[in-house]
Amino acid sequence: MIALEKRPEPSRWLGFATPLFAVLATMIAGGLLFAALGKDPVAAIATIFWEPLFGEFAFYYRPQLLVKGAPLVLIAIGLALGFRAGIWNIGAEGQYIIGAICGAGVALAFYPFESALIFPAMVIAGAVGGWAWAMIPALLKVRFGTNEILVSLMLVYVAEQLLASMALGLLKNPEGFGFPGSRNLQQYPSAFNADLIANTGFHWGVAAALVAVIFAYVLLSRHMLGFHIRLTGAAPRAARFAGVEPSRIIILCLGLSGALAGLAGMFEVAGPSGQITIDFNVGYGFTAIIVAFLGRLNPIGILFAGLLMALTYIGGDIAQSQLGLPAAAIQVFQGMLLFFLLAFDLLINFRLRWQKGATA
Amino acid sequence: MTALLNLHGLTKAYPGVIANDDVSFDIDKAEIHALLGENGAGKSTLVKMIYGLVKPDAGTMTLNGKPFAPHEPRAARAAGIAMVFQHFSLFDALTVAENVALGMEDAGPLRDLSNRIEEVSNRYGLPLSPASRVGDLSAGERQRVEIIRCLLQDPQLLIMDEPTSVLTPQEVEILFETLRALKEDGRSILYISHKLEEIRALCDAATILRHGQVVGSCIPRDTTARAMAEMMVGAAFETPETRPQGSGEVLLDIQSLSLPATSQFGTPLRDVSLTLHAGEIIGIGGVAGNGQDELLAALSGETRSDAAAITLDGQPIGRLGPTGRRALGLSAAPEERLGHAAAPDMSLTENAALTGHVREKLARRGFIDWRRARDFAERVITAFDVRTPGASSAARSLSGGNLQKFVIGREVLQRPRVLVVNQPTWGVDAAAAAAIRQALIDLAADGAGVIVISQDLDELMEISHRFGALNGGRLSPLRPAAGLTLEEVGLMLGGAHDMEVAHV
Repeated sequence: MIALEKRPEPSRWLGFATPLFAVLATMIAGGLLFAALGKDPVAAIATIFWEPLFGEFAFYYRPQLLVKGAPLVLIAIGLALGFRAGIWNIGAEGQYIIGAICGAGVALAFYPFESALIFPAMVIAGAVGGWAWAMIPALLKVRFGTNEILVSLMLVYVAEQLLASMALGLLKNPEGFGFPGSRNLQQYPSAFNADLIANTGFHWGVAAALVAVIFAYVLLSRHMLGFHIRLTGAAPRAARFAGVEPSRIIILCLGLSGALAGLAGMFEVAGPSGQITIDFNVGYGFTAIIVAFLGRLNPIGILFAGLLMALTYIGGDIAQSQLGLPAAAIQVFQGMLLFFLLAFDLLINFRLRWQKGATA
Repeated sequence: MTALLNLHGLTKAYPGVIANDDVSFDIDKAEIHALLGENGAGKSTLVKMIYGLVKPDAGTMTLNGKPFAPHEPRAARAAGIAMVFQHFSLFDALTVAENVALGMEDAGPLRDLSNRIEEVSNRYGLPLSPASRVGDLSAGERQRVEIIRCLLQDPQLLIMDEPTSVLTPQEVEILFETLRALKEDGRSILYISHKLEEIRALCDAATILRHGQVVGSCIPRDTTARAMAEMMVGAAFETPETRPQGSGEVLLDIQSLSLPATSQFGTPLRDVSLTLHAGEIIGIGGVAGNGQDELLAALSGETRSDAAAITLDGQPIGRLGPTGRRALGLSAAPEERLGHAAAPDMSLTENAALTGHVREKLARRGFIDWRRARDFAERVITAFDVRTPGASSAARSLSGGNLQKFVIGREVLQRPRVLVVNQPTWGVDAAAAAAIRQALIDLAADGAGVIVISQDLDELMEISHRFGALNGGRLSPLRPAAGLTLEEVGLMLGGAHDMEVAHV
């Protein structure tokens, strides 16, 4: 029998090093996987990690890194605050969709009127939309003790149906020749979330993600509220003893993560995506869960994890098109990353003990 | 009558303490034998030896005239000894019959087992349906499941560890009927309890343990509760020397505080009243699970009550949370160190800020000054001689005694007006315990009020000015500890009012 025994004082240094080990182990195991598929493992790994950054078409891929990384980081920061407190918002994808619908809805309501106030109004609408969607599991949990994991997850599917209905009905482009989807906000200057510096991919969402990283870092490390969030996750009874109201933390964490996910959705619909369509959401809300853990629920870590995840997405796409790797293999590769991270994490916090046969 | 089980010279030592010292007595056939003693008197160790959980260092046992040395519970069960533990090991999601089957070596088909369960439950007056789910049962019914599980093994000796601690008075009556029926059947029962009136009502013989030694035996029916209490408590505590009394100024006033039980096994607080003066230490004794945790939570602010039920310096604080109460000077230190008083995985600095941020002003406009928090943690570590590599060590890495010193020190150094502590020296070595007690005495000497909730009578008699006992969530009237005789302490604890009709 193998038993796990908690280490009294886990090494801090190793705590910081695990993500690197996890990436290395993923490269090795992924290389074996690609080799088993009959591809050159070195070339495949290089394509995924090197090509987007320094390859021939890096000028195209580098901005993509920010475009894909920003929503991941923005959502993951919010999720990490909740995860730190032991509050599991799995429905960021739904909050992302609702944020996008609300943001786009505000813009389309004013179309074609031009004003500098429209974009700020969209930002607020996006955040409020995501917040409100997250308040459903929050209030149900506080009031009736429901499980926020299930409620928030199921609300993703509700949000997807709402998105389809919006794309086909209320927000459908009246000049779209009957095709589903809203007007393209990229062609509506007041609402367009354009690159702040041309052709860098650095749009308002990237700026918001960076602000969120700094905000969350200060909150968690310096502020009493962040301390109480960590305390609630680490020792709920001690948190109550310290004077923390559990329901307040639930509402706060779910609300914050919902608002950030809503913002991410809003920046996406106003910028890179441009319109509300049936298949607007591409899974950022779920991938952000991986990003949050890959970043060890630490805001700075999440920043790097988000970029790394974006890199494997872009690199994975390149590997699919250039090397003919199946999409499933890329997904396995990304899954490995989380698996190895969690495995190494376990070994840092626990030691393995071999026990002689089970005793009664 | 002949002896069923004979214990001769049983001795068991643990590092630093002799749990059982040359314990000898007999349990007769068809006898309900009480084993009486305070917490820590060695009752649990003794029954663990009989049940094969612990191996004695010296001494012998004979069962039915044959040498008996069980090396594991299975051997003890095979020899006809069964035990009902204080804490039940039942699965909520399974039915009664399934739970019983899990605890048996050869359960057989479930249908036969259900029939046998019904048979036994009818025979001994233990109303219970084999098909009901354990999760839906009351504490008393759960205990019946455990008893039936034991009875199906046809034991000669049934050991019951504090069986009534979780029962309502009505359930106690049913249990007693069952135990008497078992005795009629020729079975013996070893009944462990502190509750004197119960023992007088039920038991045929009693052996009294104190500090691991047999200090007496008696026929409970013919002995007064007073006399038993005297034997149980012994001359262990002298009349305490007079300490400087309170100045008379009222700090904390609790008036008719009643709170419903917060959890299934919780105890409701019933009409608790006390007045704490400046400079005074009030000791509150009682058997575990009689409302100690609930009283601490009601005072710390984790449980709210009517505003006027608790007043501090004349100000109603019943509705305030822990932070508000700390700001006014009411601090608390709960019994459970890891996970309640301190967060195990957080550093001592963070744990210092856990309660210290209010009074030590460790936060400014919501931002924590970690350097001040660290200074505060280091002050606690120095002042209370906490053995640790430093303030950045995780609370989990400290030994129980050191963490307890840290927890108490953290509260004492905040100079509270009133400090409430639960089991301040539980599991702490003698030197650390003395240091903690001294700190509490010093705090009171400086004009604060202290409430010490403890199960250690010696400790309470040593440091408290007035003494009261919690019993079923009810607090006895407080008596000056200095004038208190041994009998009175025993009666308050053993609770002559313990057997009164339930106030439901």
